[in-house]
This record gives sequence, C-alpha cells and structure tokens, in this order.
Amino acid sequence: MNVRLRNPSRIVQVHGGRSVTKLLNELGLNRETVLVVRNGTLVPADAFLEDGDDIEIRPVISGGAT
Amino acid sequence: MKCRVCRGPAVIDVRRHNANFCVEHFIQQCERQVTKAIDAFGMIAPGERVLVAVSGGKDSLALWDLLVRLGYHAEGLYLGLGIGEYSDESGDYARNFAVTRGLVLHEVDLRRDFGYDIPRASAVTGRVPCSACGLSKRHLFDEMARQGEFDVVATGHNLDDEAAVLFGNVLRWQTEYLARQMPVLPAGNGFPRKVKPLVRLSEREMAAYCIVQGIDYQVEECPMATGNSHLGYKEALNAVEDQSPGTKHDFYFGFLERAAAGFRQGLTQDASALGSCRDCGAPTPGDRCAFCRLVERTGGHHRTQDPNGASPGSETAVVLGRRERS
Ligand code: SF4
Ligand SMILES: [Zn+2]
Ligand SMILES: [Zn+2]
Repeated sequence: MNVRLRNPSRIVQVHGGRSVTKLLNELGLNRETVLVVRNGTLVPADAFLEDGDDIEIRPVISGGAT
Repeated sequence: MKCRVCRGPAVIDVRRHNANFCVEHFIQQCERQVTKAIDAFGMIAPGERVLVAVSGGKDSLALWDLLVRLGYHAEGLYLGLGIGEYSDESGDYARNFAVTRGLVLHEVDLRRDFGYDIPRASAVTGRVPCSACGLSKRHLFDEMARQGEFDVVATGHNLDDEAAVLFGNVLRWQTEYLARQMPVLPAGNGFPRKVKPLVRLSEREMAAYCIVQGIDYQVEECPMATGNSHLGYKEALNAVEDQSPGTKHDFYFGFLERAAAGFRQGLTQDASALGSCRDCGAPTPGDRCAFCRLVERTGGHHRTQDPNGASPGSETAVVLGRRERS
C-alpha cells in the first residue's frame, strides 16, 4: 500500500495488510497525533488496511502559540 | 469498531470518552461538546454577533462551521500575516470555505493595509515571530469587533492548545498567566469578550471533523512554529495521553474547577480606566497602543483603507482575488 505522510510530505511503500494500530506502531507514531484516511475515508484504529489501499496519515498537531 | 450511538460502522475512536462514532454521530458529538462549553462558561448568548478568528487551519474552520450549524450569527476575519507561501495558501482555504458556504469573511492584510509583515516585525523587534503575530492578531480582532459591532470574538483554541499552555505556565509557575488562562475573557475597558468554544474538543477531533464534513483546510504548519516550546509541550502531553486517555482533559478542566480561582485571587485588578491611542483609538494605558508602536518600528504606515466590510452594518461577501492584488 502507498502511505502518504506529511510535514514533510512523502510517500512510503508498505507491503502486506495490517491494522491501523499496527501500522502506526511500526511507523513510531502516537495515535493521539494523527488520523488515518483510507481511499479518502476516515478509518478507526481497528480498520484493516489492504495492500491496494491508498493511505494518508494526517498529522493533527498545530504549533501556533497564540 | 461500532458507533456508540447507532452501532453502525465507526469512523473514529475517541479514547478519552471510551467511545467510537459514525460520521453522523461524531458530528453530533462535536456539536454537543461546543454547546456544553458555550453554556457552561456563558460564552455566547442567543442573538449575539460573533467574530471568528479564521486562519484557514482546521480549528478555526471547524469552529466557524460548528457555530453556524448551531445557529449563531458568525462572521470571519482572516489576517494576511505575510509569512510566505503559508499565508498565501491559508488565505485561499479561508476564502474557499466562506464562498462555498455563503458566509461573510472580512480580511486585513498586514502588508497591504499597514506596510509590514510578521517576518519584518520579528526582525526589527528581535523577538520570536509569534510575539509580534500575537500582538497584531489581538489588536486587529479587537478593532474589527469594535468597528463591526460584534459582541464576542471566538478563537479556535482546542483542548490540546489549552492543556499545552497550562502545562507551560505550570512548569514555570507563571502565576499571572495562570490567573488569566480562562476559556472566556469578559468584555471590558473597550475590549470585546473573547471565547474558546472548542476547549472540550481535541485537536485530533477537530481534524476529523473537517475531514468528515469535507472542509478543506491547510494541513501544512506555519513555518514559524517549528521547534517552539508549545509543540514540545503538546508532544509531552500526548505521550501521557497515549498511556492514559483523558489526562489532557482532567489536567485542564481540573485546573479550571479546582485551582484557577486561587490564582485569580492574587491577580492585581487594574481599575484605572484606559485612555485611547492617539493614532488608532484603541484602548491603551499609554498615549499610543503597542500595535501602533510596532507598526512604526517596522517602518509601516497607518491603515491605507478600511478593512473589507469593516464599517458597522455593512456586510460584504468575501472578495476573491485579493492575493493577486497585494
Ligand atoms: S506559529 Fe506563530 S507566527 Fe505562525 S501563525 Fe502562529 S503565532 Fe503567528
Ligand atoms: Zn452512529
Ligand atoms: Zn493604536
């Protein structure tokens, strides 16, 4: 599957199906800080991602202090 | 995962509430949390005019959308900060949102209207960009509220923002700041009321709200934010939250319920009435306000024209193509 990450924007290839939770753990991402979008639709932690899926991992933390 | 309300397939898990939601019930949950915050803290009364501080990011657009859904009269104000590509893009997101929903967006552009931008202000003051940025935002939102006869200015600060600011203030025991860290700042001395209706919702929930509502927002961060301590505090709090969901909520709301009043007691009330800035008329303890002094230091100028739709009563729909002209 194609996994799109942001800040900086990049795409990584991940082979083999796995759950959202497993993918985030492997990428070392805290699930409080991202959302996972599969083929344009938001998916929860237990969703199973398949090889052909287009995945976006969207960071949700903004930095402005005012 | 199944929706807590209808048992249909969930799109989001909110561990803090130990609950999952489908799209419909997640939107309902966000509305409920905003209503709860508005009611609990007396943020907005029915019929009041609300000015939303719009940045083009997820929080301010979600806030604007939620307020309108809940039946409030809410107009937006977008400030062009002149921070390169980031500002150009954020303005486009704000305008597109307003246009597709038929909402009124006012705009002030620092370069066009005052002859400076945030990078320049930061350079001449020798302070971090967020400092001049915060000063400019506060001044211009207050001014628009006065001129446009808005009762209240609403900002998109969410639970993560408030918990991170609280964390920073506690780490250094900044008791003056702790005394003032409230979800509502009452009106007074010529300043409008300031409210934060998203304090019961996390940053992740706001991003999810935008996704399920089809709100296109700026995901890229302001380049000035990288590496600031605010982000570090958020990261630290999220590490704890991951282990123990609900920590950010308990930290912030526990402070409001059990500690904030104690800090407020120590607050010295400055009862002396403020005068008016001789250049812009804003309330200020001195002869000229901090904003006008900043503009002068940058070599900028006084407002070249009224902000789009600023004159009381005139409601101007968003003007497209501003960026090309500036
Ligand atoms: S990060 Fe700082 S400079 Fe950038 S928009 Fe936020 S307050 Fe302004
Ligand atoms: Zn449901
Ligand atoms: Zn002034």
